[in-house]
Amino acid sequence: MNESENMTRDVAAPVRDNAEVEAALNRRYEAGFVTDIESTSLPPGLNEDIVRQLSAIKGEPEWMTEWRLAAYRHWLTMPEPDWAKLDIAPIDYQSVSYYSAPKAGPKSLDEVDPKLLETYEKLGVPLHERAKLAGVAVDAVFDSVSVGTTFRKELAEAGVIFCSMSEAIREHGDLVRAYLGSVVPVADNYFAALNSAVFSDGSFVFIPKGVRCPMELSTYFRINAVNTGQFERTLIVAEDDAYVSYLEGCTAPMRDENQLHAAVVELVALERAQIKYSTVQNWYPGDENGVGGIYNFVTKRGDCRGADSKISWTQVETGSAITWKYPSCVLRGDRSVGEFYSVALTHHRQQADTGTKMIHIGKHTKSKIVAKGISAGRSSNSYRGLVKIEKGADGARNYTQCDSLLIGKKCGAHTFPYMEVKNPGAIVEHEATTSKISDDQLFYCLSRGIGEEDAVSMIVDGFCKQVFRELPMEFAVEAKKLLEVSLEGAVG
Amino acid sequence: MHMLKIDNLHARIEGKEILKGLSLEVKPGEVHAIMGPNGTGKSTLGNVLSGRDGYEVTEGSVTFDGRDLLALEPEERAAVGVFLAFQYPVEIPGVNNTYFLRAALNAQRKFRGEDELDSMRFLKLVREKLKIMQISDELLHRAVNEGFSGGEKKRNEIFQMAVLEPKLAILDETDSGLDIDALKQVAEGVNALRSPDRSFLVVTHYQRLLDYIEPDFVHVLAGGRIVESGDKTLALKLEAEGYAWLADTHPELRKADLAGAPA
Repeated sequence: MNESENMTRDVAAPVRDNAEVEAALNRRYEAGFVTDIESTSLPPGLNEDIVRQLSAIKGEPEWMTEWRLAAYRHWLTMPEPDWAKLDIAPIDYQSVSYYSAPKAGPKSLDEVDPKLLETYEKLGVPLHERAKLAGVAVDAVFDSVSVGTTFRKELAEAGVIFCSMSEAIREHGDLVRAYLGSVVPVADNYFAALNSAVFSDGSFVFIPKGVRCPMELSTYFRINAVNTGQFERTLIVAEDDAYVSYLEGCTAPMRDENQLHAAVVELVALERAQIKYSTVQNWYPGDENGVGGIYNFVTKRGDCRGADSKISWTQVETGSAITWKYPSCVLRGDRSVGEFYSVALTHHRQQADTGTKMIHIGKHTKSKIVAKGISAGRSSNSYRGLVKIEKGADGARNYTQCDSLLIGKKCGAHTFPYMEVKNPGAIVEHEATTSKISDDQLFYCLSRGIGEEDAVSMIVDGFCKQVFRELPMEFAVEAKKLLEVSLEGAVG
Repeated sequence: MHMLKIDNLHARIEGKEILKGLSLEVKPGEVHAIMGPNGTGKSTLGNVLSGRDGYEVTEGSVTFDGRDLLALEPEERAAVGVFLAFQYPVEIPGVNNTYFLRAALNAQRKFRGEDELDSMRFLKLVREKLKIMQISDELLHRAVNEGFSGGEKKRNEIFQMAVLEPKLAILDETDSGLDIDALKQVAEGVNALRSPDRSFLVVTHYQRLLDYIEPDFVHVLAGGRIVESGDKTLALKLEAEGYAWLADTHPELRKADLAGAPA
């Protein structure tokens, strides 16, 4: 960072008091139900035996077991990161169970426990007929195991592989081995190392040369069992000229204790390939006093390995007690493009430290960052982003826009943009705004007959428009609804 | 029969009394101009009538169509037919103008127990009103007031009024910041909406707006009260002579109440 421009800005704008704001700060978490299903879990605790057992349960080849053990051994040498603007209670990694699966493993969708399907129905996951109607292929991960993948035949005909990671390791070992850890190495960071050691399932997507994936692919994650962590691993590979759009949704039931979720997502785009990755994250955020909720520590990274490739991240983050997440793009191929569109909403005592990294290595690489933070209650919402232009990245361009919207006067919004520019010809632009839902805007809506709650969600929706536009239609609708629920009564 | 009856209204903001016993009666179809020096409570009147937060009514009453207007929430006042055209229309980034207007109209209709308009019927209504207002439908596709010129913002206010069809429209210094062409356009829009059952309170600092929107009555608001009422010739007199002469007939007014000549 020595020869670079490096700036840190911290904006904590005070907002005028509004007596009714506090009174009305109540929110319902609609996905907070527990499904009563018998499950098999490993005993709490983490050591080499647990890692071996986990690998054995999953019937993994030896190379995978060794890979996990190497990751575990490295993890032991690493300190927990503490640089984020997050206040995290100590995590006892020995009290977590690293594997939980519903008993009676399902072989096909028809064999899936009806109770499970009911759960998904409540969540609005489009399995079964609804999936067909929506044209979405869903890989549903329930706690640690992938319970059913829809549309497999249709995808297979197109040459697309879309299956659980466990199955991929067994059935497509060479492919997995060639790419796993090639974007996020085992030793990349504390949580990535932990994930590499104990990941239980996730999705694997492979789009062969020249194939445009015929439908949106989707995964739904849900943490159900008590005292379990969820460590999923997703790997998406798009070969030359391939295209795929992948959606991910997440929920968890209400619980008093904090649950750990440490995922790793790796994307590889070869020449002229395009990957669009969208997330709607609605993990249980904890109650209004900050009790319970998911710790969401996620490493997501895309590698634009081929020339003219493109990776686009879109995320709507409304859940989790703590979010630590920086979906990034390594722009290695010449003229490759990275995009990051984000809406992060925090309420009550939620904390989010999220953003992106754009690493420009190839010539004429371009990146665009649009980050929208919404803070309410006593929450803390930080944008942290790195734009790095390497020496050889001639003609690289970045545009960054960070906007914060504050609701109430006890929340905080912070912006930490880092820039490292080693090529003098690069163009890096950064714009940032902090605003609040003003009394003027609110009164303007009221004076036209629009009630307060509707006015707030309308203003917030307008604020997020740039990002929602990037989401596939049905996700955009869900995201909008999610914000409305999350902000219920946030302004009085 | 009065549409609006304001009786001995006292109101304050942040502890400071601005309206000090204002009384005014408006019948259906009438246009009343409220003039007066700066800082005498002209905008406060519009804000109090439409229910803006932060204004405290300490005395007096406001009856609208037989109801106690002050007992209603701001959005309810809109639904019963009170419309405030803002002096400074507010920008709402990312919210489509048409979407906003439809949400407003349907919220009002719902409150009144009328059925909500679907997009087809709403669009038909909008097209009709666009014609009357002579504004391009390009404005409809933009976000509410975002990046609008001063004239466009004011025209958008009048357009909203045309769609919402209020019984009482309060125009708060709608002429401020407009050049003569924009002023004429806005006035034409207002005139097109005059009807036997719609009343207007035209709050203005300048007589020139009244050349285009002809008032039935002109009132002078000074020191927080209506101190003089007359027909449109009163506005001409104010333009020619300013406000100072009012001190002769109203010795209770302080000099400060009459500062700020109108032209």
